[in-house]
Amino acid sequence: MNWRAFLAMLARDVRVARRNFMAILLQTFLQPLMFVFIFGRVMVRSGYMPEAYKSLLLPGIMAISMVFTGVWAVAMPLIAEFQWSREIEDRLLAPMEISWVAIEKVFAGTIQALIAGLVVIPAAWLILRPGVEFNLRTPVSFALVTILVALFSACGGLALGCSINQQHIGLMFSMVLTPMIFFGCTYYPWSALNSFPILQKVVLVNPLVYASEGLRGTLVPQFPHLSTVVVLIMLTGFDVLLLSLGLRQFRHKAVS
Amino acid sequence: MVGIRTQDLRKVYTSAPPFAAGGGFGPPAARGGKQTKKHPEIIALDGLSLDISVGEVFGLLGPNGAGKSTTVGILTTRVQPTGGQAWIGEHDVWKEQVAVKRLIGVVAQRPNLDFSLTAREILLFHGAYFGLDSEERAKRAEALFERFKLRDRADQMVRGFSGGMMQRLSIARAMMHDPQVLFLDEPSAGLDPQTKLLLWEIIREYNQTGKTILLTTHNMEEADALCDRLAIIDHGKNIALGTPRQLKSSVPGGFLLRLRFGQHSPELLERLQSLAGVREVRTSDDTAVDVYADRGGSLLPEIATLAAAAGVELHDVHISEPSLENLFLHHTGRSLRE
Repeated sequence: MNWRAFLAMLARDVRVARRNFMAILLQTFLQPLMFVFIFGRVMVRSGYMPEAYKSLLLPGIMAISMVFTGVWAVAMPLIAEFQWSREIEDRLLAPMEISWVAIEKVFAGTIQALIAGLVVIPAAWLILRPGVEFNLRTPVSFALVTILVALFSACGGLALGCSINQQHIGLMFSMVLTPMIFFGCTYYPWSALNSFPILQKVVLVNPLVYASEGLRGTLVPQFPHLSTVVVLIMLTGFDVLLLSLGLRQFRHKAVS
Repeated sequence: MVGIRTQDLRKVYTSAPPFAAGGGFGPPAARGGKQTKKHPEIIALDGLSLDISVGEVFGLLGPNGAGKSTTVGILTTRVQPTGGQAWIGEHDVWKEQVAVKRLIGVVAQRPNLDFSLTAREILLFHGAYFGLDSEERAKRAEALFERFKLRDRADQMVRGFSGGMMQRLSIARAMMHDPQVLFLDEPSAGLDPQTKLLLWEIIREYNQTGKTILLTTHNMEEADALCDRLAIIDHGKNIALGTPRQLKSSVPGGFLLRLRFGQHSPELLERLQSLAGVREVRTSDDTAVDVYADRGGSLLPEIATLAAAAGVELHDVHISEPSLENLFLHHTGRSLRE
């Protein structure tokens, strides 16, 4: 393994991220923050939502923010670089196994997703206070869940970015990401689906369910949530599945 | 000091378009094999063997879709061969990809620069991928900007570069890690004459330092000016190999007169064949006649006289001097530009 080449590619991504800092910032945070403001503040203060909804909402927003950022950070450049600018060719020709080019992308995407997730907490707290009740009793589990969620979003970005054509980017958002978010237990706990037994089973194929429930269970455990052990197992499974699928698709794209 | 060898290289595409083949794949020559609508088989290479010596400038000449870019794709690890083997130096290209990638520099047919970076960053990061230390990187980048006349634009984003500037930067990037073998896929396509000459000069210079260079082209002038040896490729097969001079002298006579009559007759063809200096007369339809001869323009009055005597109208004449184009036409019956 050629670490020098790997680190150089990482340095390249950092340089580009720094150059596009404002755009990345807006793209990552504007939507979740508006959501937090409307649902957590407007709806709660006007009495349509109970005060506790603020705390319930937070893990879901964090999961959305991470998944959106991870997928975007990996998938969009890959789609453009493979199909339009072809600039990935230069990295494919670097003296390194080509799979590591994809792993570097996943690594960079994971970091971005982590940042996106962790920044949501203080930002939301600022908007929502008072009344947000964190209960970080198991910091290790929280860290594990957060890392696995970030990794899952970046791996998902790899798999999507290597499977989708440029003209289908819109579809990727409307057909994949949007349903994932709405059926991902982001705005409600999984137990809220008790009265929809079939739906409640079906949504279990959605990895975002485990992301939201895992963050809920480690950040605001006072609400009902899936068992953290189950969450860790499922997230690890999705990470491995999406990474191997993504790498396969990547090799398929990179070599004719 | 590294050479290139391929043995019986075959490539059959089952899905289009071949991204890593360079994208310059023209109308594909789909033929042969079992064809279903879903997966048409496109035979891009059909048993290509080449042996390119150390320090040679070798040209692959052929029309679009002949298999040039696929050959480069295979030799640069980007295309998996369906059959056969390829080596860069001692390394099997498909099995020892990382070792091969250290030895090669590649200029793709279409620019593939990093639009998120400045020209200088592109060279510096490329150098970093190949493990050059930062001082060495900076020094080499500066020298390359100077040589490629890009110094003024070195710190600008490449997004605003013209096609010629992008091409120059692509070549500079490929040379950044000082590769032993340089691949150039259609290096001067779309360049203005001045840039083309600069490029040729740089390629020759690089070759003089002992580097092996493989370039593809469908420009005979370029092949003539740069290449020590050439392979003429059509439908994925090597149809002729030699120095430009050897290849040109293999065409009967050297000169080619392409004639178009109202309608020619067997007698007329026979008479054309008997003119002094005419080596071969070919015809593809009722009106077109190709005459290969030792001389060009001086044959015209005699041809005109023959045509008049036979009562046939001579519509069009095109004379070409000994060239690779004639050679290609002689071997394939098709023009390189078709």
